[in-house]
Amino acid sequence: MDFFDRFAVPHPSFLIYASMVGIGLTMLAIVVGITYFKKWGYLWREWITTVDHKRIGIMYLLSALLMLFRGGVDAIMMRYQLSMPENTFLDSQHYNEVFSTHGVVMILFMAMPFIIFFFNYLVPLQIGARDVAFPRLNALSFWLFFMGMGLFNISFIVGGSPDAGWTSYFPLAGNEFSTSVGTNYYMIAIQIAGIGTLMTGINFITTILKMRAPGMKLMKMPMFTWSAFIANVIIVFAFPVLTVLLAMGTMDRLFGTNFFTTDNGGMDMLWANLFWVWGHPEVYILILPAFGLYSEIISTFARRNLYGYKSMVASMVVISLLSFFVWAHHFFTMGQGPLANSIFSITTMAIAVPTGVKIFNWLFTLWKGKIEFTTPMLYSMLFIPLFTLGGVTGVMLAMSAADYQYHNTMFLVAHFHNVIIPGVVYAMLAGLTFYWPKIFGFMLNERLGKWTAWLLSVGFVLAFIPMYITGLDGQARRMYTYSESTGFSAMNMVSFIGAAIMAIAFALLVYNIYYSIRYSPRNIGNDPWDARSLEWATHTPVPEYNFAITPQVESTQPFWDSKKNGHELFKGEIEKIHMPNNSGLPFIMSCIFFVFGFAMIFSIWPLAIITLIGILACLAYRSFEKDHGRYISVEEIKETETRLRGAKK
Amino acid sequence: MKVDNSLPLEYSTEENNLKILGFWIFIGAEIMLFATLFTAYFTLENRTGNGPTGADIFEITPVLIETILLLTSSFTIGLAIHAMRLNKKKATMGFFIVTLILGAAFLGVEIYEFTHYVHVGAGLQTSAFTAALLTTLGTHGLHVTLGFFWGLFILIQIKKRGLTPETANKSFIFSLYWHFLDIIWIFIFSFIYLKGMM
Repeated sequence: MDFFDRFAVPHPSFLIYASMVGIGLTMLAIVVGITYFKKWGYLWREWITTVDHKRIGIMYLLSALLMLFRGGVDAIMMRYQLSMPENTFLDSQHYNEVFSTHGVVMILFMAMPFIIFFFNYLVPLQIGARDVAFPRLNALSFWLFFMGMGLFNISFIVGGSPDAGWTSYFPLAGNEFSTSVGTNYYMIAIQIAGIGTLMTGINFITTILKMRAPGMKLMKMPMFTWSAFIANVIIVFAFPVLTVLLAMGTMDRLFGTNFFTTDNGGMDMLWANLFWVWGHPEVYILILPAFGLYSEIISTFARRNLYGYKSMVASMVVISLLSFFVWAHHFFTMGQGPLANSIFSITTMAIAVPTGVKIFNWLFTLWKGKIEFTTPMLYSMLFIPLFTLGGVTGVMLAMSAADYQYHNTMFLVAHFHNVIIPGVVYAMLAGLTFYWPKIFGFMLNERLGKWTAWLLSVGFVLAFIPMYITGLDGQARRMYTYSESTGFSAMNMVSFIGAAIMAIAFALLVYNIYYSIRYSPRNIGNDPWDARSLEWATHTPVPEYNFAITPQVESTQPFWDSKKNGHELFKGEIEKIHMPNNSGLPFIMSCIFFVFGFAMIFSIWPLAIITLIGILACLAYRSFEKDHGRYISVEEIKETETRLRGAKK
Repeated sequence: MKVDNSLPLEYSTEENNLKILGFWIFIGAEIMLFATLFTAYFTLENRTGNGPTGADIFEITPVLIETILLLTSSFTIGLAIHAMRLNKKKATMGFFIVTLILGAAFLGVEIYEFTHYVHVGAGLQTSAFTAALLTTLGTHGLHVTLGFFWGLFILIQIKKRGLTPETANKSFIFSLYWHFLDIIWIFIFSFIYLKGMM
């Protein structure tokens, strides 16, 4: 193939050309805008080189929101394509690319950064720490994630997107059937982002184990920190599997090895097994922090301590263990035999038990509580019935014999959206609304927020409940069109209407942010929700060093006790505080990683070798670097404290 | 930077403590990485297609030499850390140098071994078995190569900066890494070579 031919999109259509122009113009507008307002220096000093966990968290949040809309557009295009029989809006190849990227973007580049935003922003504040254990590694994690995300997204306009599904099963994803560079993008972009996530896992386990405030025993940690801890343990155990898997997939595609091919001894089922050995725990990496957020929100707005703290922790530990023993339920129908099917059927159903324990704990927390229906609480209330429905259909799918009917139908699609949208997306939106005042210093509008929650839920029910019905009727997933005679069209039209309502809800969220930036009052104090844990005990906006004096902890809700029961949080004098220095190295190294990934995708070997040497040179430079951070003086802290105390009045 | 002199140098600051714990967790991730590689290897072990089997290509002599070299290097890095604890800079550096030479010799034999495999028709693309074999060995070899340069950089830092809490911490973490690679090699030796030759 001619050198430049590889960069062309293999199946161009009007839609792709239009988005190319759109992306080009947006990029140009951003660059011109930053230059015009002379913000490059500010951007470099305050954001790109930052090692502050709060700023890194906010950058994760921005990436997640950006990807939420990219994945959302994919979703709308799919629902529109299926809303009518014999629709010609998307051709089959384009449809394949859209559902493949929708899956990857939503799971890995939207949900993951969203939860990592909460890890970053909340965990150090909740445990009363100054920062994470390895601040610079944290910056590197973010930038690697960001570059992986960027690389994955340019697949759309340079060379072609992945088209073998988000699971990328071989032999379909092999060179023989996926001829464009799309699947190379999948292998390498996810690899780069995955390394970043693995380092996040190591960082947060160390942070939570070693940096808790005095008195905060493990069984006194806030529930979100517990969920973050367990999710990070799962990350450290599951992500290396993905690393190896993607490396082997890359070698199959680029170097002609035979891991997953169907000749020379290759085994396609090895991909499926290893993919889900990572992929199933991944589901729990997403859902456990969501449960943690719900626990915080429900106990705050029921004005009660969380019911069954110990059983909440125990159930999360059990879920994390079970999550590694259920992967084969993803291929009940691929001939693994009745014994294996039975074992994986039972382990899968067993997960419903600890999850049920959590649901009952939330219900018991609400019982006799003085419930306040704020927007975050509304999301949590909508979550409980909707998520339970998704859980029940999950148990239906766990019956391996019945799975021969559901397999690869819309029923499955409805099930996993039914757990992941009320489970994860609602938790993210609830958490975002809940913590927005702590992060940005003003509240989001409650009225608009409630409208968003209700519209989202109505849209959600309309979009996904019909899929259960057509799925049981035999509508296969990933089918790009169908004929009139199948009778699927009415239900699919309802689905499309539901998806459109969800789109309106997300637009309303954006409007809410715009509206609140303009009109929300700024004098809200440090604790607008009358909340319970340590993150609310510091100022808004949170100063760089988080807490001027390290808090003393005696119970699971120290801040609540300090407000109501006279517990003294901050004892002692202000001392100088040690902080890490900013560094450009994580960003520079990640940029080189980006070029390295690009060179690998297109098999440009000289460039790949040069950039690899560049990466190693960065590591060597870091090895010799002497950087012990700096101190913030007592006077400076006192000055900041007085200024912030003045600001809240 | 608070230095607690009652503790060994590598544990003497809070930052050092964090780094050692973080590295242990990283080793946990590395265990999963190699476990996945071994799983893939055992799955594909008998799927040799038209290529040779393990019994056809494995040779005991180079493997034994590799094993002796790497096991000895693990012992000498232990001696280096012991010398470091006794605050003997010269001895520490000496044992570091011996370790790195043994590591380089190991890599030399492994490179010979790889060219031998390709020579007898067991290249990366031959079969699923050879791909899994060379990937597993190659990943270990890559770790040793990275470890060689990492150790070299630490050695230079000990020479220039002496035994400070920082260099001691780096040396200690490096020794954990080096021992870990040794343990992985014991698994490779037992379950890939010996099992394959039987």
